[in-house]
Amino acid sequence: MSRQRKIALVGNPNAGKSALFNALTGARQKIANYPGVTVERKSGRFVLPTGEPVEMTDLPGAYGLDFTSPDEEVTAKVIAGMFPGEAAPDVLVVVLDASNLEQHLVFAQELLALGKPTVVALNMVDLAERDGLVLDAAVLAEELGVPVIPTVAVRRRGLAELGEAIASAGERHAGPALTDLGATERRVAAHAMASAAVLSESKSHRLHASLDKVLLNPWAGPLVLLAVLFVVFQAVFAWAAPFQDGIETGVGALHDAVQGALPESLLRDLLTEGVISGVGSVIVFLPQIIILFAFILAMEASGYMARAAFLMDRMMASVGLSGRSFIPLLSSFACAIPGIMATRSITDPKDRLTTILIAPLMTCSARLPVYAVIIAAFIPNTNVWAGIGLQGLVLLALYIAGVVGAMGVALLLRRTVAKGGASGFIMEMPKYQMPRLKDMAIGLWQRAWIFLRRAGTVIFTVTVVLWIMLSFPKAGPGENQVDASIAGKVANGLAVIVAPIGFDRDMALALIPAMAAREVAVSSLATTYAVAAGDDEEEQAAELGDQIKARWTLPMALAFLAWFVFAPQCMSTIAVVRRETNGWKWASFMLLYLFGLAYLAAGATYWIAVAAGL
Amino acid sequence: MTLDMLPIGRSARIVAVDWSALVQEEARRLRALGLEEGARIAVSHRGILGGRDPIAITVGRMTVAVRRAHAAAMEVEEL
Repeated sequence: MSRQRKIALVGNPNAGKSALFNALTGARQKIANYPGVTVERKSGRFVLPTGEPVEMTDLPGAYGLDFTSPDEEVTAKVIAGMFPGEAAPDVLVVVLDASNLEQHLVFAQELLALGKPTVVALNMVDLAERDGLVLDAAVLAEELGVPVIPTVAVRRRGLAELGEAIASAGERHAGPALTDLGATERRVAAHAMASAAVLSESKSHRLHASLDKVLLNPWAGPLVLLAVLFVVFQAVFAWAAPFQDGIETGVGALHDAVQGALPESLLRDLLTEGVISGVGSVIVFLPQIIILFAFILAMEASGYMARAAFLMDRMMASVGLSGRSFIPLLSSFACAIPGIMATRSITDPKDRLTTILIAPLMTCSARLPVYAVIIAAFIPNTNVWAGIGLQGLVLLALYIAGVVGAMGVALLLRRTVAKGGASGFIMEMPKYQMPRLKDMAIGLWQRAWIFLRRAGTVIFTVTVVLWIMLSFPKAGPGENQVDASIAGKVANGLAVIVAPIGFDRDMALALIPAMAAREVAVSSLATTYAVAAGDDEEEQAAELGDQIKARWTLPMALAFLAWFVFAPQCMSTIAVVRRETNGWKWASFMLLYLFGLAYLAAGATYWIAVAAGL
Repeated sequence: MTLDMLPIGRSARIVAVDWSALVQEEARRLRALGLEEGARIAVSHRGILGGRDPIAITVGRMTVAVRRAHAAAMEVEEL
């Protein structure tokens, strides 16, 4: 043989072509670009069972030879031998997804009509079988007139047989039964062939349909979704509490241990007050994040998340978003950081940007400690109706204020900076299945690790910087350290700005360290009011509550709550936005618009409350 | 009749698609999911609120959710 023969893998996107390519060529791959286009060219060496080495290429996924994208153009031209500098493949390996046979057979017929030596890989047969679909490759081979090899690329099943078939793939002639067909006839033929190849089809398909009947029912569906969300929120806030207490105790113990072990020095203060307290105050949210993600992963793996997106799509569409934004926004109720990272699954860039920009308006768990202290201090614990307390209602109102704010902002953004064609919602509804524990465990670990790594880097840095701002320059005798510090000076300047919205200097000061994490506002106020920090959290909170009550008026407290609904008091979120949007542009935009919104909301709350004589 | 008018549970075949009425990227995704000329489909579910949007369409062994605007671009013929 004068030159190495070329084998090309070709098929629809998502047929599992790349997995098959990886399984066949292993590490012996070369990845480059096709000259002149930004389309990846993947090729590798494969040795046929006859001992003949061949060059295998993984052509970009395509729906047909009648190309509409650069990817499809490369595929069509390479197969036709019309791509400059690229020899036409000698053998085509057409890769089909066994579960989506009817669709993938349309392109397969078009490829077979070319009359080239061809082998068909019936890929992912294991998934189809798990789905209750058993196919007869022999029937398909007879219909198509070429060898059909069942494969499972990820488990290396059928690879040897595929190699043999490639080695013996001979010249063939495509008859008029293949070449004379148009798109519609191919679709009809695909349907007939796919049906003929089915050996057995179990009831799992029907189970899936009857589940949908309930879960997508116009009346029952939303009720089920509401119930699911209620359970999720209940779990996030109730189940996580003991773990959070445990972490707090652990952080406290570590703090004390370091305090005792080191001599009094700047380094000790940095470690205890800066690093341990600061990073610890964020790690406390790990249990909530893990519980929330356990639910989200289970909803995704079971196939329910796509149904939730379907049910929420209409509501999201009313503000210019789609059902796909629902998942990231749901995550943001625990913490905006994983929520913003989850926006990667949104295909439309304008949709994604809008979702990122409104994610911090979902009331994250870091706001809870702030809300809890202020509400406990100022809102009487009276029973409004049937066990529903006024305090709970105020808390609910704060959550709703965030959601309503987010919807309004989304509407505005979609008409201004994130303007674009109405975003669509096209989503495959996966079949229901039991989530696999191992996959869930891996997913949870990955999420927890991302969060912990952030706590160890960005949050760590911010905490240290804030500690330095609060600790330097050192106070002279008789002077308060906070007043003397850089942060104290900044607070004096800030107090002038926030005076019109009813904040005093102490409140302004609390806002500075709260940039690291919102809940730090509580401990910061506590420090400022020189509350004797007891070990008992509740007692400490109660004492702080009394202090606040003695110093603040009700309009001031309400304004402070309104501020925290909107203000971007979280440097970590800003850092994540910068990374996810590739630059400071949108991160600064978010910072500005959220501060603006917080200022207006707090101001309006303050003056309305004052006017109402509260 | 266009696909958005097809009653729930009725089977039909897509006979023509006005691809120019769709954003190119979305047209590609629809084709990727098998929603193109010749496809046998059925409407299995519709949304709850105004316009009963989106629409869940069964195509082969798959269920695909699309917006009404997409369905309106598809001419169907009942089977």
